[in-house]
This record gives sequence, structure tokens and C-alpha cells, in this order.
Amino acid sequence: MKHRLQFAGKKLLRMALLLLGVSLVAFLLMSLSPLDPLQTNMGQAALGSMSEEQIQRLEEYWGVNEPLPQRYLGWLSDALRLDFGTSLLYRQPVMEVIGQRLASSLGLMVTAWVLSGVLGVTLGLLAGATRGRLPDRLIRGYCLVISSTPAFWLALLLLMIFSVWLGWLPIGLAVPIGMEASQVTWQDLLSHAILPAVTLSITGVANIALHTREKVVDVLDSDYVLFARARGESGRAILLRHGLRNILLPAITLQFTSISEIIGGSVLVEQVFSYPGLGQAAVTAGLGSDLPLLLGITVVTAAIVFLGSLSADLLYGAVDPRIRRGVARHS
Amino acid sequence: MSRWNQRKRTLALLGCAALLLCAVTVAGLLFQPLAMETDFANKQLAPGPGHWFGTDWMGRDMLARTLTGLSLSIRIGLLTAVVSALLSVLLGVTAALGRRADAVISWCIDLFLGIPHILLVMLISLAFGRGFVGVVAGVSLSHWPSLARVIRGEVLQLRQTTYVRAAERLGVPRGRIIRRHMLPHLLPQFLTGLILQFPHAILHEASVTFLGFGLSPEQPAIGVILSESMRYLTTGKWWLALFPGLSLVLVVLLFAALGEGVRRLLHPASAHQ
Repeated sequence: MKHRLQFAGKKLLRMALLLLGVSLVAFLLMSLSPLDPLQTNMGQAALGSMSEEQIQRLEEYWGVNEPLPQRYLGWLSDALRLDFGTSLLYRQPVMEVIGQRLASSLGLMVTAWVLSGVLGVTLGLLAGATRGRLPDRLIRGYCLVISSTPAFWLALLLLMIFSVWLGWLPIGLAVPIGMEASQVTWQDLLSHAILPAVTLSITGVANIALHTREKVVDVLDSDYVLFARARGESGRAILLRHGLRNILLPAITLQFTSISEIIGGSVLVEQVFSYPGLGQAAVTAGLGSDLPLLLGITVVTAAIVFLGSLSADLLYGAVDPRIRRGVARHS
Repeated sequence: MSRWNQRKRTLALLGCAALLLCAVTVAGLLFQPLAMETDFANKQLAPGPGHWFGTDWMGRDMLARTLTGLSLSIRIGLLTAVVSALLSVLLGVTAALGRRADAVISWCIDLFLGIPHILLVMLISLAFGRGFVGVVAGVSLSHWPSLARVIRGEVLQLRQTTYVRAAERLGVPRGRIIRRHMLPHLLPQFLTGLILQFPHAILHEASVTFLGFGLSPEQPAIGVILSESMRYLTTGKWWLALFPGLSLVLVVLLFAALGEGVRRLLHPASAHQ
């Protein structure tokens, strides 16, 4: 147990350092930008008609003139107390904006994460078990096509079919337009979330299924499976007893690394469905040069990704006794 | 066809795919003037003879726009994939040769992989002021980590081989070892990595442009076309989104087939099948 804690501690330290790096890189990239936040948000005409004094006040508000190291250190010392500053576009604390947005995105992301994981592993197992035959070919074809399809176009396509053409589902947003928050029922919320969640799941499945298939093919070629077959075990028993267990580790890795892809996909999908989630906020912040908000979103999503890979590392030990003993022996 | 073996068939497939992609690139360049030509007498036409892909809200021919956009995508894809593949070889080899460099570069790889890809491309594109430069920088500077990691692993393995160790003992200078003994080994990995990056590069370029961080709205890029089409979807103008997107998927599939074919030809285990 002690070794496990040490291991987790080391990983946490590395994670903190990486997060620091992420914030620094994101900060530098954003402040290097030649785009003038005043011009992007006010427009040239409005700026021209303003007095010197007004422009100076605005420059102060957007923090254009402060020297870089001072700005970063100021941001960092606040961020360590979990205060990510105030969003310039929404005029709310960044943490509040992220909290609200994350709450509405989380449903989508978790659904897509679970669905794509379960479906991906199932399809991968099926394809690996029927290697070279029809089901395998169909599944591989599907994965190839989906991984070549931009997520936002798939979203557009589903929107055209189910919302515009068939009229079954609403066209966008998370709640019906012009309805008070108290009147919104869970059916409304659900019907608005179906298409984005489905799009995200469809795109997520391809990668997981393809990788799982490779692993299953490897396992089925192994000597122990040959021996099991010689003992007279049936195909299904082999797949479930030997196949599933041995693909568990790579499946965990894939499942947790897919978090990053799902967050990335949600940026695009939310934009298409005008779903008020974290991804959409990131796009708005980026286009409007809202440095504190974009920085906050980058750091929070990176933290989620790193936590995912940390949980994968910890789960390995729980799943595979060899790794548990290996860690104990090495340290 | 039946007399051809697998190798010949793969080669033929490769040739066809490459030829098609070249044709699309050239056609796009030729159609560029037509893609910008407005014709307000024929706006919002559904696909039919004369305009196979229909026309948009300014009466521009969608087929010409799609081809021009694809051509732009392919050229940007080529540029960014080459830059990022070179970058990953450079970093991967450097990482494998020194302990301190390895620590720094591995840390950078983890860092870059930690930021969701689209966000990273957005950030880099912002740093370069959006537009063409922004999107090229964003896509080429964000794709190197995974290939760099593969190359690093490969070089670490190569360093343990007997012939490299023998060369080291014989006093062959490091640069020469890298050039003569390592780079030839890395070439297949590099080539397949390069070609397999095309699809990613093209998809990311389209996505980032779609979000508004890439090419400017005047240019007929696929991302621009699709984000414009969003405004007309609800009124039933399906052709504005369907055909451009579908042709993008086809181009990406062609590149994926190309990469798969090259991998099969270069990989020793399957090269002679």
C-alpha cells in the first residue's frame, strides 16, 4: 500500500508541474498574439470615435500594457488560490463561468465517454473474433470512414437529418428558446442533448474499436489461446476468459486517453448545436481575446486530462497483479 | 487483375489515389476564379445540370468552391504534415541521445498531449494572429508529439543493437552513426508517419477554420464553406453542407488509403506478400 501511495504522490507532483507548464505555454501563446483585444471587440470605427481617456481605460481593463512576467506571476498567485480572475467578455469570475459551462457539458461528455467506451470495446471484440469475415470488414469500414470524418460535419449531417428534415429533435441550444428556467422539463433537456451526445459517441467509438481489434487479434494468435483451443474450450469462452482479460489494460489506457479527444470533439459539436457548454465558451473566449477565460478553460481541461491518465495508472495496479508486484519490487 | 500479386495491386492503388489527389489539387487551382464569381440571378439553386453541387447565397458555383477548398486543404495538409514530421524526427532523435534532453522533451510531449488538441491548435493559431499563417503554424506545431514519441522509442531501441554499439566502440563519431546507421532505419517510420499525418492535418485545418480561427472568410476553404452553410441549414439548403463535407471525407479517405498502402509496402513483415 505504501508503494502505491508513493507512486500516486510522484505522479501527482509531475501532474502539478505539467499543469504549471500548460498554464505558462497557454499564457505565452495568448499574450504573443498580435491581435489587439480592443480592436477585435470594439471594432476600428468605435475605437476611432473614442477619446484618449476612454481608450486608456479600456486598455487597462483588457490588461494590454502590463509587462508579461508581472502579469503571469499575478495570474499564477491568484490561480493557486483557485481564483482565475474575471472573464472579460462575461464579466463574471472565470471559475463561475467554467462551473456553469462544465455542468452543462459534463452530461454530454460523460455519456459520450461511457457509450463510446462500451460500444468501442464490444465492436472491437466482435471484429477481432471474426477477423477477415463480414462483421470484421463492416466494423473496420465504419471505423475508417468515421475517423476520416470531421466531427463538426457529422454534427451538421445529423442536424440536417433529424432536426430539419425529419423534425424529430430541436435544432440547437440546451433549452427551448424564451422559456423560463423553472419551466424547463427534463424531457426538454434530454431532447436537446441527444444529438450532441450521439455525435460525440459516434466519433469516439472508431478509435477505441480499431485499437481493441488489434489487441484481440494479437491475443487470439498467442500460444495460450492455441492451447485453450486444444483443450477444447469454445470460441466464446476463449474470448471472454482469455481475450477480455488481456485487452483490459490497453482498453483502460485508451478509455482514459480518449478524454482529451472527447473534450476536443465537444468544442466542435457544441459550436454546431449552439450548446452552451465549455467548448463553446472556449471558442467565444478565443475569438474575443478573453485571456483569463481561455487560460482558465485550458488549465481546467488539461487538469481533467491529467487526472484521467493518473486514474489509468492507478487502475493498472488494481487490475493487473503483475504490475502491483512489479511496482513493489522496483521501489 | 488475378495475375497481379498483392504488392502490385497495392502499388496500383497507391498510384490511383495519388493521381486523384493531384487532379483535385490542380482542378482546384484552375477553378479558383470561378469559385469567387458571383451570379445573383442564380442564387440558392439546388443541384442540377449546370451546377452539379448547386449554388450558394451569392450564386457562386458550389462545385468550383468545393474543389478550390479541397485544393487549399491538400496544400495546407502537405505543408503542415511535412513540417510537423520533420519536427518530430528532430525532437525524437534529440530526445533519444541525451538524458537531459530526453527529460525536457518527454515533459514537453506530455504537456502538449495534455491540452485537448483543438484547444492547442486554437491557441497557437491565436499566437500567430489567425489567418493562413495561424492555421499552418497551429496544425504543424501541434502534431509532432505522438510521432516524436514513436521515433524516440525507435532510436532508444536502435542504440542497443550490436552494430550501433560496435560502431560506438570503434570510435565512429556520433553524427556519422546517426546518419549512416540510424536514419536509414527511421525512414520507413518517418514516411508512414508523414503520410498518416495528412488526414489529421487536413481535418484539423478544416475544424479550426470552421471555428473561425483559421483561414479568412473570403477564402473558399472547406471550413469556411461549411460554417457559412450553417446559416442556411434550417431553411433546407442541404446541398451547401452535404457535398463539400462529403468530398472532404473522400479526400481524407484517399490519404488514409495512401498511408496504409505505403506502410504495407515499407513494412518488412508484409512487403513481400
